[in-house]
Amino acid sequence: MEASKKRQSEMVQEISGTNPLKCMKCGKCSASCPAYEKMDIKPHQFVSYVINEDVEALAKCDSLWVCLSCFACVERCPRDVKPGKIVDAARQLAVRQKGGSYLVPDEIPALVDEDLPQQLLVSAFRKFRR
Amino acid sequence: MHGIGVFVCHCGSNIAATVDVKKVVEMARLEPGVVHAEEYQYMCSEAGQERIATAIREKNLKGIVVCSCSPRMHEATFRKCAEKAGLNPYMVEIANLREQCSWIHKDIEEGTEKAVILARAAIAKVSLNTSLLPGESRVTKRALVIGGGIAGIQTALDIADAGYEVDIVEKTPSIGGKMAQLDKTFPTLDCSACILTPKMVDAAAHERINLYTYSEIEKVSGFVGDFTVDIRKKARYVNMDKCTGCGVCMEKCPSKKALSEFNSGLNNRPAIYTPFAQAIPNVPVIDPTQCTKLKTGKCGICERFCQAGAIDYTQKDEIVTRKYGAIVVATGFEIIKLDNLEEYAYSQSKDVITSLELERIMNAAGPTKGHLERLSDGKAPKNIVFVQCVGSRCDESKGKPYCSKICCMYTAKHAMLIRDKYPDVNVTVFYIDVRTPGKNFDEFYRRAVEEYGVNYVKGQVGKVAPQPDGSLLVHGVDLLDGKQLKISADMVVLAAAVEPSPSVRKIATMLTASIDTNNFLTEAHPKLRPVESPTAGVFLSGICQGPKDIPETVSQAGAAAVKVVGLLAKDKLLTNPCTAKPDELMCNGCGSCANVCPYGAISYEVKEINDHGIRENRRVAVVNSALCQGCGACTVTCPSGTMDLQGFSNRQILAEVDAICR
Amino acid sequence: MKYSYYPGCTLRTKAKKLDDYARASAKALGFELEELEDWQCCGGVYPLSSDEIGSKLSSVRALNEAKVKGQELVTLCSACHHVIKRVNDDMKNVEDIRTRANNYLKLDEPYLGETEVLHFLEVLRDKVGFDEIKKKVVNPLTGRKIGAYYGCLLLRPSDIIAFDNPENPTIIEDFIRALGAEPVVYPYRNECCGGYISLKDNDLSKKMCNTVMDSAKGFEAEMLVTACPLCQYNLTKNTAGGVPVIYFTEILAEALGVKEEVDA
Repeated sequence: MEASKKRQSEMVQEISGTNPLKCMKCGKCSASCPAYEKMDIKPHQFVSYVINEDVEALAKCDSLWVCLSCFACVERCPRDVKPGKIVDAARQLAVRQKGGSYLVPDEIPALVDEDLPQQLLVSAFRKFRR
Repeated sequence: MHGIGVFVCHCGSNIAATVDVKKVVEMARLEPGVVHAEEYQYMCSEAGQERIATAIREKNLKGIVVCSCSPRMHEATFRKCAEKAGLNPYMVEIANLREQCSWIHKDIEEGTEKAVILARAAIAKVSLNTSLLPGESRVTKRALVIGGGIAGIQTALDIADAGYEVDIVEKTPSIGGKMAQLDKTFPTLDCSACILTPKMVDAAAHERINLYTYSEIEKVSGFVGDFTVDIRKKARYVNMDKCTGCGVCMEKCPSKKALSEFNSGLNNRPAIYTPFAQAIPNVPVIDPTQCTKLKTGKCGICERFCQAGAIDYTQKDEIVTRKYGAIVVATGFEIIKLDNLEEYAYSQSKDVITSLELERIMNAAGPTKGHLERLSDGKAPKNIVFVQCVGSRCDESKGKPYCSKICCMYTAKHAMLIRDKYPDVNVTVFYIDVRTPGKNFDEFYRRAVEEYGVNYVKGQVGKVAPQPDGSLLVHGVDLLDGKQLKISADMVVLAAAVEPSPSVRKIATMLTASIDTNNFLTEAHPKLRPVESPTAGVFLSGICQGPKDIPETVSQAGAAAVKVVGLLAKDKLLTNPCTAKPDELMCNGCGSCANVCPYGAISYEVKEINDHGIRENRRVAVVNSALCQGCGACTVTCPSGTMDLQGFSNRQILAEVDAICR
Repeated sequence: MKYSYYPGCTLRTKAKKLDDYARASAKALGFELEELEDWQCCGGVYPLSSDEIGSKLSSVRALNEAKVKGQELVTLCSACHHVIKRVNDDMKNVEDIRTRANNYLKLDEPYLGETEVLHFLEVLRDKVGFDEIKKKVVNPLTGRKIGAYYGCLLLRPSDIIAFDNPENPTIIEDFIRALGAEPVVYPYRNECCGGYISLKDNDLSKKMCNTVMDSAKGFEAEMLVTACPLCQYNLTKNTAGGVPVIYFTEILAEALGVKEEVDA
C-alpha cells in the first residue's frame, strides 16, 4: 500500500461509510461475534485500529477471512458504528491489491460436494476476491 | 432621534478576537443620531456599566445600543443600568455580537462586517423606540407542584415551611413516587421507605399542603403570578371522607388479575387497591378497567363489606379550578421499554429483570417478601450477572444518547447487598465505565469490589440466551483480558435507561414550557438558572429536568422551592410592557388575532369609535396586557395592520431590515 | 393478486423445492408469482462498500422490471431478499449510488427505489394473513414441534429489512402456528450458520451450526424450517445427529395439501 497511513484510514471510513469516532469502546461487537475465537484482530479493535491509522495491520490480518458478515455487531452496536462494515472495507483493501484474493478458482473443485448450493460459491467469490 | 450612544463590548476575547471592535465603534459614529460611541473590555462589569451611566448623564443620551452578548444574557443588566442613570429601560437595544456573530465566524473581516451591520440595525431600531412603562400584576400566594415523588414532596415541604400554601397533584393513587419502590439507597444503604415515609406523612399533615392524588392537570391558563389550573380528580369510587383505610375491600375483592404497578408488574393486585401499605392517602381506588361491578354491574362485594359505607360506584371525575402564583414540574421518570434491546431477552425470560424489578424483589414488602429468588421457579440464584448501560449512551437510533447517571451506583448497591446477604452467590457486573462522581460514591463502588468481591468485567454483553434447563447463557466480552466470555447465570439484571415520564410532554405543552429532544424540560440557563424554566413562573424539580439521584433531587427540590418562595413573597409583579396594541381606528373586528393568540389575551368589545368625525359603534379587538406575552402572533395575522407590538413595532422591524440591506 | 417474483440462482438448481412449494402454495392461497423475465443473480452477498456500484446493478434491473410492470417484488431466498432490499434502500436514499447506477443503466426512466420489496413470508403475514392461511389448511400439522431458523440475513440490519424484531422475531413462529404445528422458540434462531465461511473454514461453520442445532434440540424441536438454501445446507451438513432442516415452503405446501402434487 502506498497511500499514507492517514489516507488509508480515511479510505476505510469512506468505503465503509462509518464513523469510528462514534465508538464508546463497550465491546458489544466482540461480545456478539460468532467468529471471535478465530480472529487475530477482534471486531472492537478494528474500530480503534482505524482511529489509530493502522490500516496496514488490518489489511493483512486473518480476521478478514473469518468475518461472516452476519451483521450481529452491526445490529447490536449501541453507537451505530457498524464494525462489520469496517471489516469489509479492510477486506476490500486487501482483495483489491494484486494477489490479494483469498480464493482462487483452482481450489474450488476440491471444496465442492453434491449438495453445495450455488449461493455459497457466488457469495464466497464476492467476499474473497475482487 | 438624536442622542444615541453606542457601547461595544470586547467580552474579553470572546468578541474582540473575531470582531474589530474599534472598527465597529468608528462605523457606529457615522450613523445618524449617534452622538457617542465607545468600546470596553467588559461592558457588563461594574466599571463598564459605570461608563454607560456616565455617558447617559453627561451626553444626555436619549437611547443606547449595547453591542455585546445575547439579550437573554444581559439585556436586563443594561436596562437596569440605564434606568439608574435616568433613561427609560426600554430605550436600550442589544446588538448580539457574540452568539450571533463572533462565536460563529472565524474570519475577522467577515465578523467585523457583520458586527457593523448588526450594530447599524440596532441603532436604526432604537431611534424609533419609545419609552414604555411596565404594568403591574398581582401574585396569587399559592404554588402548584405537579408530581408527588420525592422531588415534589420536598419542594412542597420547603415552600409550605416558608409560609405559603402548596397543592401537590399526583396522578397515581398515592404520593411517594419511584423512591417508595426502592429498597435501600446509596451510598449509605439506609432503607428508602424509612427515610421517605416520614416526609410523606409530613406533607400530608402539613397545614399548608393540600394533596390531589389520583388527579391530573387538565388545563393551564394565565401567567406568572396568576395561573389558573383545572385539575381532574379521577373518580376513586371511594369516598375519601368516609373511608377508614381498614383494607377489607382489598382483601375481599375477587378480581385480582391486574398487575401491581408498585411491584413493577411482578405480582397482582385487586381491582380496588392502594398501591402499597404505607400509601398516602390510605384510601383505595377502584380500577375501572378491572372492577367487575363497574364493567358488568354484577359483584358489589367491596360495597357489602365496607363498614364505613365509603364505596360509591356512581362517582364521576371532577374538575377543580385553582389559582396559583407559581408552578413546579416534578413529573419524574420511567424505565425505558426494552423492545429494541431484545438481545438481552427481557421479554423471553422471567429471570431477566430490570434493576427496578430487583428493588421490589429485594424489598421485604415485595412479591418475594425480600427473598432473592428467581421469578420463573422461585429458586435461589447462584450466579447473577448485571448489565450496565442498557439503552443509555446510545446512538439515537438505538436508545437514549445520555448517561442515566444513577445506574452505576445502584448496580454497585445491588451487587454489594446481594454479596452481603448471600455470600455464596457469584455476582458479575459488565460495565463500560463506572461513573461515581458523588460524595462517597467512588468509595462505595470500591467497597463493592474490594470488600464484597463483586466481579467487575470491563466489557458489554452481546446476548443473553435462555437455556433449556432454565439457566441463562450470557455472551459477553472481557476487554481487558481480551476474552469472549460465556457465563452461565440464573438471573440477569439490566440497568435500563431512565427517561422522563411520558406525561411530561402534555404538561409541558400546557405550560408552554420548553423540552429538549429527549423530553427533559429545559432550564432557563443550564448553569445559572438550573431550576427555572424559560417560561416565567414555571420551575423544575427532579428527573424531569435531567437524570439525577436522590441527594441531587432533594437539593434541586429545595432550590426550586426557594425560587418559588422568592416569587410568592412579592405582592405584585411588573409586567412586560412589550405587548400588542391595536389601533382601534383600523380594526374591523374580524377575529383573526384572537384565533391565533396562545394566551387568550385578546377579546372584542363594541366601542364608540370616532373615525375622522364619524361616530359609530364598532366591534374592535382589545388586548389584556396582563395576559399578553408579546409573542407577536397577532401582529403578523392581522389583515389590516391594526395590531402592533410595543417595543417591536412594524416600523422598527422594517427600519432594522432597511439598515441591514443598506 | 399478482406479484413480480425473483427466484434467484439457487432456487433454479439445488433449492428447486423451495421454489416449487412456494409457487404451488401461492396458487392454493390465491395469489400468483409472476417470474421476472430477465433476472440475473443478485451476487449472494450485499456489497457493503459504498464505492461498489457494478455488483448492485443486477438487483436494480430486477427492481426496475417490477416497477415497469407496476408490481410489488417478492423474493424467497433470504440472501436474495437481503441484497435486493438493501440495494433498493440505496436507490431510494443514497444519492451517490442512485446517480451512478442510473447513469450506467440508462433506463427509460431513472429508477429511484419505487418498487416495494416483500419477502414471501411478508406476503403470507401482511397480504394474505395468517388467519386466512389457517382457514385454508387442509392437513394441519397438529402435534409437530417445529423450530424456526431465521439465520442472520433475513432480519438484519433491521432498520432496512424492517421485517420483524431482529432479536426476538415471531413471523415464522406465527406462520408455524397458523399451520397447526407448535413453534419451538430457541435463542440461537437468529444466529449465523457460518454462511459462505463453510467453504474455507468448515470447522467454524460446524461450531456455529452445532450451537444452533443443540439449542433447538434442547428445546425439543423435531424439525427446523428455513428460508435460506445456504443455511439449509450448512445446518444439514455440519451437524451430526441433528433434526431435519427443511424449507418453510415445504410445510406450507404440506398443510395446504399441495405437497404431493409438487413431489409427484
